Amino acid sequence: MIVDKDVVLNIAELAQLQIEDDEVDHYVDSLGRILQLVEEMQSVDTQGVEPVSNPLDGIQRLREDRVTEEDQRELFLANAPESEQGLFLVPRVVE
Amino acid sequence: MIHEQSIREILNSLDKKEYSCRELVDHFIARASDANASLNAFITDTYETARNEADHMDTLRSNGTAPSLAGIPIAHKDIFCTRGVKTTAGSLMLDNFVAPYSATVVEKLSAAGTISIGKTNMDEFAMGSSNENSHYGPVKNPWSEKVVPGGSSGGSAAAVAARLCVAATGTDTGGSIRQPASMCGITGIKPTYGRISRWGMIAYASSLDQAGPMTKSAEDAAILLNIMAGYDEKDSTSAEQPVPDYTKCLNEPLKGLKLGFCKEYFGDGLDPKIEIAIQTALRQFEAQGAEIIEISLPSSKHAIPAYYVIAPAEASANLSRYDGVRYGYRCETPVDLADLYKRSRSEGFGDEVKQRIIVGSFALSAGYYDAYYKKAQQIRRLIKNDFAQAFEQVDLIIGPTTPSTAFNLGEKTSDPISMYLQDIYTITSNLAGLPAGSFPVGMEAGLPFGLQIIGNYFDEGRILNLAHQFQLESDWHRLTPEATA
Repeated sequence: MIVDKDVVLNIAELAQLQIEDDEVDHYVDSLGRILQLVEEMQSVDTQGVEPVSNPLDGIQRLREDRVTEEDQRELFLANAPESEQGLFLVPRVVE
Repeated sequence: MIHEQSIREILNSLDKKEYSCRELVDHFIARASDANASLNAFITDTYETARNEADHMDTLRSNGTAPSLAGIPIAHKDIFCTRGVKTTAGSLMLDNFVAPYSATVVEKLSAAGTISIGKTNMDEFAMGSSNENSHYGPVKNPWSEKVVPGGSSGGSAAAVAARLCVAATGTDTGGSIRQPASMCGITGIKPTYGRISRWGMIAYASSLDQAGPMTKSAEDAAILLNIMAGYDEKDSTSAEQPVPDYTKCLNEPLKGLKLGFCKEYFGDGLDPKIEIAIQTALRQFEAQGAEIIEISLPSSKHAIPAYYVIAPAEASANLSRYDGVRYGYRCETPVDLADLYKRSRSEGFGDEVKQRIIVGSFALSAGYYDAYYKKAQQIRRLIKNDFAQAFEQVDLIIGPTTPSTAFNLGEKTSDPISMYLQDIYTITSNLAGLPAGSFPVGMEAGLPFGLQIIGNYFDEGRILNLAHQFQLESDWHRLTPEATA
């Protein structure tokens, strides 16, 4: 896998990160080195091996659909950078 | 000295009215406020509420209604949400975040009567092995200010080692309880995945993250684990397994216990002094009746690559919630929504966090998922299978916690991969979900180091049993930076 500037900028876009021009080389270098570190995985034969996503091989539990949370809107909004009338404010999206 | 007492001794002293909860808490607050300017172990102190809670616990004690651990001063890693108290995860992103609810771990310890005197410093979002990735500056190791305390729970480890609190909470995704415990000379245990609720614990890599106690001894760890462990309906990955009384496991005789000596853990890269100390501990276990059996964990060598795909991948998903809209950092004067997201995240996250988000997003992106993420999860199965085979022959596996004692501040910051190699002995138990603990077994050039015990699923009691039996016969866990200075 060759990591270049375009790869990094594409990934940054997917991750919603802004990478400045003078930082791109740093990320190209570090992503490249980490991919080199993990490259040795490819030498391991994993044909037919079941992947582990939960270490206890647990499955998603279902619960009864009932309301357990009380309304704490004001408390939660207190951490919002900007809010008005019980809503989170963001820059205008639709003109 | 009060701050050298174990939890059991403190509870006895409180019962005998040798001192009050308030005097106890004031004693630790005085120590913490003296030491914090140099150690930087705490991000936020909660001295005022701690004093009020101590007065309240004194009242409960006098009328006979006090909970089991009433008055024990502790500290929480700043990754646990604490209602009404700033909770930062060591990040500028959450510098202004006042948690609107408390983590289950915090609730349980509070209901048991423990009193938190502050929130401890940590690597940003628990990503790091030296505490140098904190937005609030590095923590210093109480044994030497030139070296790191380890990470990511470095503030908790330093606070317990310097006796600024009786015990602290930590979290461990790849070694973040055990590695700083080793480097600061304390006892720490990462329980089985799911043993302790993750509700209210700020997420790093959800299939690996687990909370645990960081203490002066295995006995104290057992007392805290009794409180912290258990199923929580708010965390659907928490385990519905009965919680034994871990303090009752401590005094089991070691006779007939089978200890696995994993040959892959010894040799290249391990400080020979650490190997010698582990051999000495093994001889002691043998003298106490345990049997040593050589085992092999051949897939362990692939653990670091697998971990450094899985952990960043899960982190990139978990950290997508920080968008500058509902809580946390927001950039100045965003021109539009895309600008708000991107600049808030780029300014709010530190370098290592952004690096891991990039790696994780890459591993999960179209065309690379099978080659990286799925492959890593398959290797995880091979690692898990190795352990399953080993535990058919042995009860516990013994090895080093870290390749060396604490390294110098700044020594590994320019090379993330050399930092990642710190986790070489610890990450396999996270990948497999197994419980593992570290406790001090030696000193080299004035710095402590630990021995790691890995157990089978839900066998925390046996890990603590072995550590406790060692601590009955040795003094490594009683050494303090103050006494040896």
